[in-house]
Amino acid sequence: MASASATYEIKNEHGEVINTSTGLSNKKLLMWAFLGSDVMFFGSFIATYLVYRNRSLVGPYPADILEIPITSVSTFVLLMSSLAMVLALSYIQQGRQKLGTFWIFSVVVLGSIFLMFQVYEFNHFAHLGLTPRTNLFGTTFFILTGLHGAHVTLGVLWLMFLGFGSLKGTLRKDNAIDLELAGLYWHFVDIVWIVIFTVIYLISARDVAPPGSPPFVGH
Amino acid sequence: MRFPRIFPRPKSEYGIWSWISTVDHKRIGTLYAVTSFLWFLVGGIEALIMRVQLSQADSTLIDPELFNQLFTMHGTTMVFLVVMPLSAAFFNWLVPLQIGARDVAFPRLNALSYWIFLFGSLFLNFSWFVGDAPNGGWFGYAPNSHVAFNPTHGMTYWVIGLNILGIASIAAGLNFIVTILNMRAPGMTLTKMPVFTWMTFVTSVLIVLALPVLTVALIQLQVDRLYGTHFYNTAAGGDPVLWQHVFWLFGHPEVYILILPAMGIVSEILPVFSRKPLFGYTFLVFAGVAIGFMGWFVWSHHMFTVGLGPAANSAFAISTMAIAIPTGIKIFNWIGTMWGGSIRFTTAMLFAISFIAMFTIGGLSGVMHASVPTDAQQQDTYFVVAHFHYVLFGGAIMAIFGGIYFWWPKATGYMLSEKLGVTNWLLMLIGFNLQFAPQHWLGLDGMPRRIFTYAENMGWENTNMYASAGGFIMALGVLFFIINVIYSARKRVPAGDDPWDGRTLEWSISSPPPHYNFEKIPNVAHRDDWWFTKHPELIAEYYHDEHAGELRAPSGAQFDDDDFAEDEHAEAHASDHHDDDDHGHGIHLPDMSYYPFILAIGLTIIGAGLMTYIPVIIVGVVILLWGLLGWSMEPVNDPAPEGEAHGH
Repeated sequence: MASASATYEIKNEHGEVINTSTGLSNKKLLMWAFLGSDVMFFGSFIATYLVYRNRSLVGPYPADILEIPITSVSTFVLLMSSLAMVLALSYIQQGRQKLGTFWIFSVVVLGSIFLMFQVYEFNHFAHLGLTPRTNLFGTTFFILTGLHGAHVTLGVLWLMFLGFGSLKGTLRKDNAIDLELAGLYWHFVDIVWIVIFTVIYLISARDVAPPGSPPFVGH
Repeated sequence: MRFPRIFPRPKSEYGIWSWISTVDHKRIGTLYAVTSFLWFLVGGIEALIMRVQLSQADSTLIDPELFNQLFTMHGTTMVFLVVMPLSAAFFNWLVPLQIGARDVAFPRLNALSYWIFLFGSLFLNFSWFVGDAPNGGWFGYAPNSHVAFNPTHGMTYWVIGLNILGIASIAAGLNFIVTILNMRAPGMTLTKMPVFTWMTFVTSVLIVLALPVLTVALIQLQVDRLYGTHFYNTAAGGDPVLWQHVFWLFGHPEVYILILPAMGIVSEILPVFSRKPLFGYTFLVFAGVAIGFMGWFVWSHHMFTVGLGPAANSAFAISTMAIAIPTGIKIFNWIGTMWGGSIRFTTAMLFAISFIAMFTIGGLSGVMHASVPTDAQQQDTYFVVAHFHYVLFGGAIMAIFGGIYFWWPKATGYMLSEKLGVTNWLLMLIGFNLQFAPQHWLGLDGMPRRIFTYAENMGWENTNMYASAGGFIMALGVLFFIINVIYSARKRVPAGDDPWDGRTLEWSISSPPPHYNFEKIPNVAHRDDWWFTKHPELIAEYYHDEHAGELRAPSGAQFDDDDFAEDEHAEAHASDHHDDDDHGHGIHLPDMSYYPFILAIGLTIIGAGLMTYIPVIIVGVVILLWGLLGWSMEPVNDPAPEGEAHGH
């Protein structure tokens, strides 16, 4: 087997040739392994949400609270941010610095809009009487979506950092890998939201009081 | 873009600051080893106090609350502060040396793992000093650990402490995955990797995937305890079984996280002292991978008495019995390795052989638990205590001590005394069996775990007295280890580069290794490359034809054609290295950095803040951001000063 002696030469961000056994950069491999780890993290929270579905003893229940249309808009915004991310990386890799910078900040803006929707939603729900301390639905909903929001916030900060780097010229074609890593992270967080949106909103938004529990009449 | 520096970048190679800012995998390995050995002593003392209490019926030496704290902290300490970080010490010391690399893939991240581990372990044990040590068992079952039933701060320390430790483990796991996949020397294909490196890889994957599940359980319990949410609040409909599922979904892979590195260690020791290649390398490696995979499908065997129903119980009984198959394969392979070999009974070898024997006993009682009706009798009795101590002490700790005796000369450059070593081994083995073998009988006789005392008329006094005596004999064995370390450090019998006729690349370099490890990165042609370099005449014995590259397996032949493929670099071997009088000049290693230390401090202060006041959290976040920003803008290497060579 010819690969018995092979290592692959790749260039690092300083243009130096380094050898790796797989041909992938260490950073990229690290990010993929981390995302695998994060899958288990969100997976466990989503599983907890599903276990506790329809098991709240008091209201408000999902049907009293959740509004699919509003969250569909914020979901669309987040999906579009992934498109912007793809364009940003593509332009930076091509060396088209200005367009790249524009799209990086577009991701930042779209991510921030998503976060603003989440802040609005959290406030609105609290107003309607649902907090993390109200019932199992509140606990599982806020902690899961809140931790997703924390991931988005981290991504926005990271991309802002890279966006300024791109403005100043420290993020360029030859170290586009740094943006690619942020992109992997961003797409992952986006995919997690697709699962959360499906599970919480599309599947369980019509859940009413389970048998034996009092219906929610408002506070 | 350069982050403003408060301290200059550390340069000194000596003194305490050189340790705080080190990014050298060997120094970090030493830090892990020393720290976790100290915790081993703490955990051992906790165990001895419990053994004194249990040596007589109706003993009143300690009260039930303190007993709860002791068994909780003994378990937590031994799992998270001893076996995992001691394994990490071996990962750090050995993986780069075994794969022919100069460091791990991310040296600063590696330092960060250690510092987070250190501060997390101190955070957890700080609870002793406020009088509120964790008391809900190392498994922390909720709702028992929920604030409604457990209002003291103990379990809050536990939850936050373990979350901090989890970050350290995940960071280390990610680092070793990338290191092993990406930093191997030319020619070292996956099937030529030493088995210890293989087991490190499987363990790292398990850590990276299993620890987040624990993190989730801990976050859920933490927000419940601190902010009044309802994950485990039964009054609000919280499910009392959910914690068990989430915890054991982590907890069972964790068992393999503890034992797989030990299996890797004995797989290195046995061939060296049998003077034979490892029997059935491919089977051994695949069995390790299979254990790592199947370990995810057995968690509910911890919950057979919960009442999950016959379907779930049967499924998990079958999967648990099935996982004994790859484990059995490994045991047969180790025996096959010794079979027909010219065995040298060094201390390391004695520990490794004891590992096989003790681990087999623990494994067999484990298969007994796989049977649901049997398990119903054994659940929460001393039988289970006997079982997992045979696996974790007789298994993991025996192997780790063997590993210490085996690699000590490589790490320090001088030998440990064999006489003291054999005494250490004998005392530990006798004491261990005296303590834990009788506990099988105690358990079958119905003595429950986690009780602080028992009545006089139960007939358990003699057996418990033997067990306590055994505990002290083990402690004496550990004392002999400490004496051995001090004695040998004074005697300083030089080890030479390769005292055991070693097989893997770490024995091809000087003892202790230079900070750059390899002057020239070796080219690898065979498994056990260094051994075949020293004994080229043996290549013909174990390979039909060096160039056709087929393994002549001792029996039950299995040929893997591509493993031993023709390699044009076969001549360029590690032995050439010392001809080079370059002595490491021009090798660029990552510069030292204090940011990992700062980041870890910030993280721990955040943990402390979660338990106290919000301003403390803010201070922690500021320090964390300082570390993070400083780190991300600090180049791995500062530009070399004028006149220094740049070439590689």
